[in-house]
Amino acid sequence: MTARHAMPTGDRPGIGPPLWLLAELTYRCPLQCPYCSNPLDFAQTQQELTTEEWVRVLRQGREMGAAQLGFSGGEPLVRQDLPELIAEARQLGYYTNLITSGLGLSEAKVNAFRDAGLDHIQVSFQASDPELNNAVAGSRKAFDQKLAMARAVKEAGYPMVLNFVIHRHNIHQMEDIISLCERLGADYVELATCQYYGWAFENREGLMPSKAQLEKAEAEVNRYRERLTASGSAMKLIFVTPDYYEERPKACMNGWGSLFLTVAPDGTALPCHSARLLPIDFPNVRESSLHSIWYDSPGFNHYRGDSWMPEPCRSCDEKGRDFGGCRCQAYLLTGNADNADPVCSKSPHHDRILAARQAADHATAGLEELTYRNTDNSRLFFRG
Amino acid sequence: MTKLLEQIPRLRPGFRFQWEPAQNAHVLLYPEGMVRLNDSAGAVLKEVDGQRNVADIVATLEQQFPDAGSLEDDVSEFLKDAEQQHWILFS
Repeated sequence: MTARHAMPTGDRPGIGPPLWLLAELTYRCPLQCPYCSNPLDFAQTQQELTTEEWVRVLRQGREMGAAQLGFSGGEPLVRQDLPELIAEARQLGYYTNLITSGLGLSEAKVNAFRDAGLDHIQVSFQASDPELNNAVAGSRKAFDQKLAMARAVKEAGYPMVLNFVIHRHNIHQMEDIISLCERLGADYVELATCQYYGWAFENREGLMPSKAQLEKAEAEVNRYRERLTASGSAMKLIFVTPDYYEERPKACMNGWGSLFLTVAPDGTALPCHSARLLPIDFPNVRESSLHSIWYDSPGFNHYRGDSWMPEPCRSCDEKGRDFGGCRCQAYLLTGNADNADPVCSKSPHHDRILAARQAADHATAGLEELTYRNTDNSRLFFRG
Repeated sequence: MTKLLEQIPRLRPGFRFQWEPAQNAHVLLYPEGMVRLNDSAGAVLKEVDGQRNVADIVATLEQQFPDAGSLEDDVSEFLKDAEQQHWILFS
């Protein structure tokens, strides 16, 4: 007996409902990770949505069929109304995920969130040891706090997902990272190699691992995975390799406006959390309902279907599989978001990916040379 | 090892089973993921309550679907698969 159904269709032919809602509650964050996916000019963002506005968004999303809800940021814990939003979300029937750095968390909050109905807390780490972790995070106390909070999350009975963003400065730590996760009792470990958007694109040369580093890391993860399977462990390792080393692009977000809907701190609605960098006018939940945003707005319909595709995507027999890749990556690397994602070896701009690979083989920059994500650095990006 | 029929299945901690009207299906929700279940998988998981053993679940389903004949093999196979996927645990 197979258990899975095909995906449903929503209110409009060919457009399914937004099953995944990501609520970026704030861009404020105590950490300064140089690969942050927030926009470079985040400090320009005014006026976060109010509690009432978020509640309205949650209700509208649930009515449309959203089932997975992520509270993220920035650091979502800086929102004082988080317990209220969790309770509302759970009562609406969402599966609620809190995606946090662990800073600002306490045992009391972990338990209070559980009582409010929170389903899952994902704690992110920057490395397997305090020195490197704190250097990347730009915070001296981060590592100890993260360890304490991971233990508290486990203690409170949540399923535990630990997330590590992997780059050239910590990719040699795979074994140590996984072993730390095993000791903490993680259920899932995400080893997510940097995706080069936002701050990570700005810092790409200083973050991207070389091919040799990547192959070594992959082999280590595979060996560890075999050991886990042999010992009957249920801990799952999810290793996300960087698409810069692929010859075909990823099916980004499973297609534009297909499953994912992100609402940014100021209410801007986006098909993914990076799309804000595109020269497209995106709607705001303060002005329109989520339903009209998802089904009718020009922003969300911009890259649905395939009639927008130029060559080589237009006549490509793989376009139904990868949708031409990632629009943000096409924009960042070619200046035109309509183009094929340059990761694709059929793209006329694939040389930009090859050049990045070559640069990664020769990169020497230390951690201290990266541009850290903080308010002062962010102001540089909109003052010009 | 106890026979499968005598074991009691329960959802793994952090997994939630619920009906989703927008998808017209039962789903299984877990950290950052969702499986949309077909009708038979939904019917079986609906009976997984951490109280009753597999034999009881088979009996309940055979009562619900009298025309389906013996369901022991199908249900057992599905539950073993669900355990391998780490959706459920047996005790």
